[in-house]
Amino acid sequence: MARLLPFNIAVVSTVFLFVCTKSVCCNNGRRVGDALDTEFSGFSVPLEHSFEVDDVAKFRVRGALLLKAGREPSVLLNQNQLSEEDRTKLKEVAAVDGLYRIQVPRVFLLADRQTERQMEGYLTAFVRACAMVESHLSDSITLHTDVSGYLIGVSIVTLPGACRGTEVEDEVDLEVFNTTLHVMPPVNATGPGTAWFIERMEQESEKKSKNPQEQKSFFAKYWYLILGGAIFLMASNSAQPPAGGGREQS
Amino acid sequence: MEKLIVLCLKFIILCGTVDAVFEDQVGKFDWRQQYVGKVRFSHFDTHMQSSKKVLLATENNVFAAINTRTGELFWRHVDKAGQEGSIDAFLQHGQDAVLVVGDGRVLRSWDINIGGLNWEIVLDSGSFQSACLVGQQDNVKHVAVLKKTAISLHYLSNGHQKWIENLPESDTVDYQVVYSGGNGEVYALGVVPHSHITIVVYSVEDGEVVKQISVEAPWLSDIQASCAVVDQGILTCVDSATVSLYMLDLHVQSQMTQIPLQAMLVSFATTGEKTVAAVMSPKNKTASTLNLFSAETGRRLLDTTLIFNMDPYGGKPEKLHVQAFLKKDDSVGYRVMVQTEDHTLTFIQQPGRVIWTREEALSDVVTMEMVDLPLTGTQAELEGEFGKKADGLFSMVLKRLSSQFILLQAWVAHLWKLFYDARQPRSQVKNDVTIENLSRDEFNLQKMMVMVTASGKLFGIDSKTGSILWRHYLDDIPSNAAFKLIVQRTTAHFPHPPQCTLLIKDKDTGLATLHVFNPIFGKKSHVTPPTMTQPILQSIILPLMDQDYAKVLLLVDDQYKVSAFPSTKNVLQQLQDMASSIYFFLVDSDQGRLSGYRLRTDLSTELIWEVVVPTEVQRIVSVKGKRPNEHVHSQGRVMGDRSVLYKYLNPNLLAVVTESTDLHQERSFIGITLIDGVTGRIFHNAVQRKARGPVHVVHSENWVVYEYWNTKSRRNEFSVIELYEGMELYNSTVFSSLDRPHAPQVLQQSYIFPSSISAMEATLTEKGITSRHLLIGLPSGGILSLPKMFLDPRRPEIVSEQIREENLILYAPELPIRTEWFINYNQSVSGVRGIYTAPSGLESTCLVVAYGLDIYQTRVYPSKQFDVLKDDYDYMLISSVLFALFFATMISKRLAEVKLLNRAWR
Repeated sequence: MARLLPFNIAVVSTVFLFVCTKSVCCNNGRRVGDALDTEFSGFSVPLEHSFEVDDVAKFRVRGALLLKAGREPSVLLNQNQLSEEDRTKLKEVAAVDGLYRIQVPRVFLLADRQTERQMEGYLTAFVRACAMVESHLSDSITLHTDVSGYLIGVSIVTLPGACRGTEVEDEVDLEVFNTTLHVMPPVNATGPGTAWFIERMEQESEKKSKNPQEQKSFFAKYWYLILGGAIFLMASNSAQPPAGGGREQS
Repeated sequence: MEKLIVLCLKFIILCGTVDAVFEDQVGKFDWRQQYVGKVRFSHFDTHMQSSKKVLLATENNVFAAINTRTGELFWRHVDKAGQEGSIDAFLQHGQDAVLVVGDGRVLRSWDINIGGLNWEIVLDSGSFQSACLVGQQDNVKHVAVLKKTAISLHYLSNGHQKWIENLPESDTVDYQVVYSGGNGEVYALGVVPHSHITIVVYSVEDGEVVKQISVEAPWLSDIQASCAVVDQGILTCVDSATVSLYMLDLHVQSQMTQIPLQAMLVSFATTGEKTVAAVMSPKNKTASTLNLFSAETGRRLLDTTLIFNMDPYGGKPEKLHVQAFLKKDDSVGYRVMVQTEDHTLTFIQQPGRVIWTREEALSDVVTMEMVDLPLTGTQAELEGEFGKKADGLFSMVLKRLSSQFILLQAWVAHLWKLFYDARQPRSQVKNDVTIENLSRDEFNLQKMMVMVTASGKLFGIDSKTGSILWRHYLDDIPSNAAFKLIVQRTTAHFPHPPQCTLLIKDKDTGLATLHVFNPIFGKKSHVTPPTMTQPILQSIILPLMDQDYAKVLLLVDDQYKVSAFPSTKNVLQQLQDMASSIYFFLVDSDQGRLSGYRLRTDLSTELIWEVVVPTEVQRIVSVKGKRPNEHVHSQGRVMGDRSVLYKYLNPNLLAVVTESTDLHQERSFIGITLIDGVTGRIFHNAVQRKARGPVHVVHSENWVVYEYWNTKSRRNEFSVIELYEGMELYNSTVFSSLDRPHAPQVLQQSYIFPSSISAMEATLTEKGITSRHLLIGLPSGGILSLPKMFLDPRRPEIVSEQIREENLILYAPELPIRTEWFINYNQSVSGVRGIYTAPSGLESTCLVVAYGLDIYQTRVYPSKQFDVLKDDYDYMLISSVLFALFFATMISKRLAEVKLLNRAWR
C-alpha cells in the first residue's frame, strides 16, 4: 500500500517533521530513569499572556514552562486557571475583536547555568481573543528552536480557529486551558539522493549484465539480418550487369 | 516493456518543454545592449591615421574598444568582478595596450586591433601606485611599474622583469607617479603632502639611482589627482584652490612656475610634437565652452572653441577625454569625449556637433518595473466619453457620433498606412518609436521599461526595440542609496496619468526622499511628495486607492509611526476603516529580529509578534514574500487516483533565509524558515547542513526554490520546498492567516546543479495557467529557462501506474542543462545581477529582462504559444483550400440540380 502512495519519498520529510516534534501535552509524569536528571537540568520560565480591551499589552503570568535542557529538549507546562475576573474580561475583549497575546522570554535550552540561559527580550505571538473564547481555551502552542538550541519563536493557534460569533454560555468552559505544547527544533533538509541513485544505476547495469540476451555480441544478435542483407546485395549485384549492358548498347 | 513506456513518457515530456528559437526569429522578439560602465581610463588609438578606435578601461572591470564614428563596441573583455579584476592602470603604445589589473597583481598586454591577449605575467605583491612606458628615441621597449615600496621594469614584448629596486624613504614619501622622458632615465615622483615633491631618477639599464632631488610644493597633497607629466618631462599641476596651473621641468628646474587660469575641467592630449590642454569652462546654465591651450606656453589656441550643450535631464561634465590631431595646415584640431556625472559618454566634434552618446549608467541597473503603455488618442477618446457626466440626450448622441467618426477616420488612416507600407520593400519601412506615437499593442506585448540605475539616472526604454525614450538624472542621490520603485497608478485609469514613485533611502542615515514621476514620459509629477524628517524603516504599497486611483503607499518611520502617501482625507478615512486588517512586518537583520505590527486607527502601530534569531549563530540574509501581481490558476494538483492535493496558497507567507556565522566547512549551514507575515507563526524551519551562501531564492505559488553551495561535496545544489493543505481545503472561499489552524504539509527535495548561478527568477503570466519556468542567469552569460517540473518534490524514485498517470518525471539527483533551454542563444549577457519578469496580455507569453553589465530583453513561452498562430502559419493555403471547397460545393450543387432536372424530364 505504501508503494501506491504517490508522494512516498517526499513525505519522508514531513514524517520526519512529525517525528521531531515532541508532543508533550500528556507528559505529566517523568520517566523513572530521568528523574534525577530532570531535577538537575530542568528550569522554568514564565508563560505570560495579555488581553486588554484597549489593546495595550499588560502581560500577566499564565503558567510556567518547565524546560528540560539537553540534546532533546522537552517541555512541561503548568497553568493556572482563569479567574472569574479574567473570564469576563476575555469575553469583553473577544466582543471588541481584541487580541489575546502570549509571550515567553528568550532562552537558551542547552546552557548549563541558569544565568546563561536567559537572554534579554521576549518572543511574542497572538490569536484573536474571540477564537480563544470560542474554542473554549483549547490552544496549541509551539516553541521553535534553532540549531544550537536558542528559542527563536513561539506560535499559538486555537482549535477550531474560526470566529463564528457563537456565544459561550457556560462559564466553566473558560476556566481551564486545554493546551497542546510542542518544541520544534529545525528539521534537517534533505540533500540530493545520490547514494540511492547510484545504487539503482548499479542494479540496472547488473541486471543488464545478467541478462544473456543483451550480453551477446553484435553479430550473434543480428546475424540473420546481416546475412539477409548480404544475400540481397549479392543478388542485386548479379542482376545488374545485363541491365548495364543493355544501356550501353542503346 | 514498462521501462520502455517510461522512457517514451520521459521523451514526450521533454519534447513538450523544448522551447528554442528558430534561426529566422533571432532578434525578432529580443534585443541586447552591451555596456562598459563608468570610464576610468581612455586612450584614443593614434598609431594609425585612419584608426577610429577609442580604448576604454572602466570601473566595471571592462576593457573595451569603441568605434569613434558610431559609438558601437568593437570588442570587449570583462574581467572578474570586484577588487580582483579592477583595472589600475592603462598604457598604450602602438598596437599594444598594457593593463595593470587587481591592485598590481597582474600585468597584461593586449593587441588593440583584434582585442587578443599578447601576454600576461603575475607581479610581486605590493600596493600598486603607477605605471609608465619607458623608451629611448621613440623606441619604447619597457614598462615601469611603481609600487608602494618598489619600482620594477618589464620588457614590453614579453612582460619579463628586467630589474626591480626598492624606493628610498618609502615610509615617509608617498611615491605616486613614475615617468620616463625617453633619455634612458626613469623618474619616480613622490610627495610628502603639503611639503615637497621628491624625484628619484633611475637608470633604465641596470636600475641604479642616478640622482635624487626635492622641490617645494606646499599646496600639493596628491600628485595623481592634480598633475600630469606632459611633453618633454614637464610636470603640470592644477591647483584648484587658486585656480592656477603649475609647471615643472623635471630635467632642469627645481622651481615651479605658476600660470593662472579660469577653468572647470582640464584634460591633456599630445599630437605629434604638440601638447595641448583642453579646458572646459561654464558659459551659462545649459552650455559650456571648451578651449585648447598650449601646454608649453599656456596660451589659448585660436579657433578651438567648442560648445557643449548640457542635457537638462543629465548630469554635469565630470571628465574630458581629448583626441587631438594635426590638421593639414599644421594647426591642432580635436574631438572630445565628455563624461558626465550620470556616466554618459558624449563624443563631440567642433563646433559642438554630437557624434554619438552612450548611456553607461545602464551598466548598473538597480531596479526596474514594466509599465503598460497608454491607450492611443482614439481609444482614449472613447474611454473619455464614458468617463464624462451625462448632459442631455442630444449632446450624448452627438458625442457618440463624433467619437465613432474619429474611430472611422483612424481606421481609414491605418488601412492607408498598411497599403502604403506594403508597397515599399520591407527594409525601408521604418517603425520609429517616439514618445508621441507610443501606444499599447493588441496583446500588450510592448511595454515601458522604467530602469533605475545606481548613478541616480532613470530611464524609460521601449521594450520592443530597446530605444531610450526618456531619461532623467536625479543629482542629489547619496552614494550608498537604496532604491525602491513602486507603481502607484497604472495606465488603466484614463484620464489620470500613470504614476511611479521612487523611494531613495540613504543606507547610513535611513533618511529617505520620494521622487514621483510619470513612467511614460519621465516627467516629474506635479504631486508634491511628503518630506520625511525621520528615517524610514519600511514602505508598503496597499491595494487601497484614493479617489484618483493612486494606490496608497505607507511609510513606517523609526518611531513606528505610519504616514500615507497620498494622504488625502479620503485615504485617511479608508485607512481608519481598514486599520485593523492592515498588518506589516519589519526585519532588523543586525539584531536578527523579525517583528509584526498592526495598524491602529490613529495611524500608530502596535507590536503583535516577534521572532528573534540569535545573531551569534546565524544572520538573516534575505526575506522573500510573494509577488503581489501573481495569479495562481489551479488550487490543487490532480493525482493519479483522481483525488486532489490542494496547494497551500498563503499570500502572506515569507521565506526567511539565514546563513551561519561560523564559516567552517563542516559546521556552516543555511537555514530556511517559512513564516506567516501576519501572525508570525513559523510553519517550517529547516537547516541545510554543510552549506554556504550566496543563496538565491524564488518564492511563488506554493513553493520556494533556493540554491546554495554545498561545502562538503563542493557543488551547487537546488532545493525545492512545496506546501500542501492536504486532500481537503480548510476554507475554500477566503484565505485568512488568522484562521488556518492546521500547518501545511511540507515536501522537500534537492538536486545537484552543474553550474553556479548569478540570478534567478520565475516566469509570470497573466492568469497563471501557463506552467512555470525558472529563469536562471549563469555566470557564463547564458539565461537558462528551467521547467519547474524538474524541481518537484513529488518526483518519484520508483515508477508506478499512478505516477505515470500524473506525468511526473522520475527522480534523478542531477538537474540537466540543455542547450535548447538557453533563451538567449548566443547573445551572452555579462554579469547578470537581476532578472525581471512581467506578464503580457497573452497568457502564453512572459516578458523577460535580464540586467547586469548588459541588458537583454526577450519573451518566453513556458507552455509554448498555445494561444497564438505561428509566424509562418500558411494563411494562403488555408484560405485557398477554403475557397476551393466553397466553389466545389457551389459547382457540385449546380451539377446536382442539373442532374435532378434531367432525371425529372426522363
